[in-house]
Amino acid sequence: MTGAGGRTVLVTGASGMLGGGVAARLVADGWDVRALQRRPSGVVGAADVLGSVTDPDAVARAVDGVDAVVHLAAKVDIVGPEQEYRAVNVEGTRTLLAETRAAGVPRVVFVSSPSVAHVGGSLVGAGAGPAEPAHARGPYARTKASAELLALGADAPGHRVLAVRPHVVWGPGDTQLIGRIVERARAGRLPVLGSGAPLIDTTYVDNAVDALVAAVVAPDDAYGAAYVVTNGEPRPVRELIEQICAANGVPVPRLRVPAALARGVGAGLDAAWAHLPLPGEPPLTRFVAEQLSTAHWFDQRRTRRALRWEPRVSVDEGIARLAAHAGVPWTAPAPVVGRP
Amino acid sequence: MSSHVTAASLPPSGLPGLDPAWSRVVRTPSGAWHVLDNASRLEAEPVGTILAVHGNPTWSYLWRSFVAAATRAERPWRVIAVDQLDMGFSERTGRQHRLADRVRELGELTDVLALEGPVVTAGHDWGGSISLGWAVDHPDLLAGVVLLNTAVYQPLGERAPAALRPAMVGGVRQAATVTTTGFIDTTLALAHPRLTKPVRDAFRLPYRTPSRRAAVGDFVEDIPATAENPSRPELERIAAGVRDLQVPALLAWGARDPVFSDRFLDDLRDRLPHADEHRYPTAGHLVAEDEDVASGVLRWLDARVTNAGEAAAHLDPPADGTPVRLLGAALDERADDDGPALVELRGGGSRTISWRALARRTAELSRGLAALGVRPGDRVAVLIPPGADLTAVLYACLRLGAVVVVADAGLGVGALSRAVKASRPVAVIGIERALLAARAFGWAPTLVAAGPVHRRSRGALGVDATLVEVAELGAGIELDPAQPQPDDEAAVLFTSGSTGPAKGVVYTQRGLAAMRDAVATTYGISPDRPFVAAFAPFALLGPALGATSASPDMDVTAPRTLSAAALAAAVRAVDGSVVFASPAAIVGLLETAGDLGDDDRTALAGVGTLLSAGAPVPSELLLAARELLPAAELHTPYGMTEMLPVTDVELTQILAAGDGPGVCVGRPVSGAAVSVSALDETGAATGQPSTEPGVLGEILVGGAHLKARYDRLWFTQDVSARDAGWHRTGDVGRLDAEDRLWVEGRLAHVVVTDAGVVTPVAPERAVDAVTGVVRSAVVGVGPAGTQQVVVVVEPDGSSRAGLAPADLAARVRAALDVPVAAVLTLPELPTDLRHNSKIDRTRIAAWADAVLAGRRAKP
Repeated sequence: MTGAGGRTVLVTGASGMLGGGVAARLVADGWDVRALQRRPSGVVGAADVLGSVTDPDAVARAVDGVDAVVHLAAKVDIVGPEQEYRAVNVEGTRTLLAETRAAGVPRVVFVSSPSVAHVGGSLVGAGAGPAEPAHARGPYARTKASAELLALGADAPGHRVLAVRPHVVWGPGDTQLIGRIVERARAGRLPVLGSGAPLIDTTYVDNAVDALVAAVVAPDDAYGAAYVVTNGEPRPVRELIEQICAANGVPVPRLRVPAALARGVGAGLDAAWAHLPLPGEPPLTRFVAEQLSTAHWFDQRRTRRALRWEPRVSVDEGIARLAAHAGVPWTAPAPVVGRP
Repeated sequence: MSSHVTAASLPPSGLPGLDPAWSRVVRTPSGAWHVLDNASRLEAEPVGTILAVHGNPTWSYLWRSFVAAATRAERPWRVIAVDQLDMGFSERTGRQHRLADRVRELGELTDVLALEGPVVTAGHDWGGSISLGWAVDHPDLLAGVVLLNTAVYQPLGERAPAALRPAMVGGVRQAATVTTTGFIDTTLALAHPRLTKPVRDAFRLPYRTPSRRAAVGDFVEDIPATAENPSRPELERIAAGVRDLQVPALLAWGARDPVFSDRFLDDLRDRLPHADEHRYPTAGHLVAEDEDVASGVLRWLDARVTNAGEAAAHLDPPADGTPVRLLGAALDERADDDGPALVELRGGGSRTISWRALARRTAELSRGLAALGVRPGDRVAVLIPPGADLTAVLYACLRLGAVVVVADAGLGVGALSRAVKASRPVAVIGIERALLAARAFGWAPTLVAAGPVHRRSRGALGVDATLVEVAELGAGIELDPAQPQPDDEAAVLFTSGSTGPAKGVVYTQRGLAAMRDAVATTYGISPDRPFVAAFAPFALLGPALGATSASPDMDVTAPRTLSAAALAAAVRAVDGSVVFASPAAIVGLLETAGDLGDDDRTALAGVGTLLSAGAPVPSELLLAARELLPAAELHTPYGMTEMLPVTDVELTQILAAGDGPGVCVGRPVSGAAVSVSALDETGAATGQPSTEPGVLGEILVGGAHLKARYDRLWFTQDVSARDAGWHRTGDVGRLDAEDRLWVEGRLAHVVVTDAGVVTPVAPERAVDAVTGVVRSAVVGVGPAGTQQVVVVVEPDGSSRAGLAPADLAARVRAALDVPVAAVLTLPELPTDLRHNSKIDRTRIAAWADAVLAGRRAKP
């Protein structure tokens, strides 16, 4: 996308993989990019505004005079006291929206998660259901659900808001998903839950970046709604994990754990970490166990129509790029020729 | 009887399938009724009103699917589904309501509602007689009647429906119906498949206490099974009045009903001879719970009531009326010919039946069957293995105008029995084994034994006559029966049942004659060109074609027992130039080709045509057969029980066609037409019939040898004949620019992805060619429109049910040009029971869907 000449966009949370990618792409597209986060974003060509989204003054300075905001800043861990999530995810979003409204920012893209609408069980070809703060699983999903409702509730003429929910974003350099899988597999602590067959839809980071940039410039009638973004290529969870491990040169998991047992153990560990002063994060949470033993894939037709966006990097190509990044020799499978 | 009085109320919200907005209370002089009424939900002026009456011990909840379907229909209907007084959520008046009361009370209700016509009544169980009572009393409003598993007559001297008898004895009745919920529980247990608990609970909800169940017992007590029963005169009045009803009538029936069995259906057919009928072979008493009856009824209303006259054109094509050369004409003409009609090779020798002998035998049998009481139009089930007896019996029935019922014993005894019973034969002609089943399951009143039957078992089976005796009986009678008319029913042939219960397909004399002509023209059979029938059913066509046929020495029930030498002997015996064989028989031929002598090879070299029919044939098999039959064209037909043959293709044409989107089955045969109905983006075949090349759609077939209709399956016929003159095959495929048809799978098996429709056959063929794959199924998981393609592979060697090994998955993906979400393995792919070759994609898809959603499942 080019021709943004002279227009300014704010990206919050640009120090992460996705936020950094979005900021860099917007720079390349000719936007004047500001990046708001607590530490330097490292994005070449972006003007850092150091601060937290929970600080109204910092936010006010950051949104002043911008044409659009892409709001990624969030607490995305899987454990920890709910109030910490609430402070960043809910109150930070409330602060941001108050300031964008006051500053007359025309467009806000709120980056959300499909987990805001997931209340347990398998999602099979699902659409983007309404956010359910009361029923979503885990503190991250619950607080993001509340925040999404706030964001879409702030959609008004002259201050349009759109929510994008990328599902399981991954790519080279990702510390969240890829990093955890590789680290645990290397330590021999990564089990396969159940059959490993449930289909999981994921999003290669470049595609998520494309979708968020497409959202910034999407037609007006796309605003006021939430869209799930994925590669549209669900794969069995075991196959994905095996390929990620192989592309990083770590052993493929051999240990099998029944899915029900894993969910029970996860629930127990959740309780332990919630009530005891334990370091780090638990080896497994109920949320993660559920995610790995149920299907999660989505109907992408509405998203692609509304955002006028298509994923460009396939899962196979993404895996090949992981291998290249890790320096592991990789033979890409024959590309898909086309569809009927 | 109870004297508890409780006001009418509304059902609680949240009952599955019930919209609270439908419920209202209507006060009448006799009491207050709870009714379902969709008037407030209708967005357009309704065509009319469906007045629905439940039976005992249900309530208007029974009709919820009708209310929903009628509300959303393109041409909507208002539905008023009542809870009868003292039933459901209606008032507990404390009075007993006898049949006459209930009929009068229903009229009172429709008066209060000021119901205007047109009204179609619908009744289930004992609600059927009440709804018919209202119908008889309101001829000015009445536009139609719909009846579901009910009765309007209880013959005296016969006992009440067996399942009800215990409940009709005083003390037992009270205990079964009122004191306990036994009767309600028993009724709800009649559903196939089992009702879900929320639905069972909803049915029970208004009958939770004995005082609320009082009328359940009263209803049973009111069954007019004896002349003294006070409701007897009213029932007789209604039963007589029904005979005078001229309005369209529909009987929708679950055949597995221990209460309202087929005899009650027969009685209603007798009273309403113009009625349309759909009899579900595997549904039960609660037929509207077991099957989607409501959608069918709405379509029926459209055809028969709303657009009476125009929409029905596709259902009742005008009889052709033109004369036709009947199937038995050639046999009649050669009655004085001593030349060979049938040559049967057995062991070292052979038996030859002359045209004269066959014609005489056929005439004797037809006269003998008439003497036994078989009338033109009566149905006769024939269960005899192929051979001279079967040929003679079939032509005798056709000559007599009796309708031959043929079902394949390979269906298995349960499905075979359901099929035969559904066709309602007056007689069964069969070998001893078939008569055993006929006797055990009560197929028909008259049993005729074909072939030897032991004297003792003859008595035990209740055999009325043997074929020999029937022929003897006929030999003593001079007068031939009158010839049947071209548009009379001639045969009911049952489908293989590979896609649901076997369906009866009705052919007229005209249709069978057209089939004969299509075969004669396509394969060049004539009195001058004898043929060899190594695929037994074709031997039956010989007399129709006027051609001599030879049956090789083989076990007709095990086609693979055909040896090359036996075929050569048969070819020599009649100087045959055409051979009909099944693929399994061809395998047998190839396995024994080494035993052939020089003269055998010379005989086979004279064969000009080999037709392989009965199952799909791999090209490799035909290529191998060409070595054995060097001069033969190798033909394969495409067709189905509803029309055969539709197209034909010769091996060189298959090879010339090369790879394509599916299996190339060639061009339409003489007298046949093919078109496709294009699929829309949801995978539904909504297009108008078209012959435009390249358009993917459901394959439609038409021609003079197409079925007349399905037997007693009105809804199925309605859907299959939606386009006048065409039959919807349920297969998908496309025509190419050279008029060739490519079959790509079943409509039910297409995968509808967000990038378009994927048909299974071509990708399966590509996967089957992958190293390590024995066979495969390409199925979809997820909601139509955004489905994912999944390949399920039966690999070489051992495997477990689950994800395929990474290397196999990679090879499979590389072989396909569509994205594949997952590759799974199964040690053995399930195939349908009938053709051990057709992979059961429906079952595999259900398994894949479960596994890939993280559920445990068995294939």
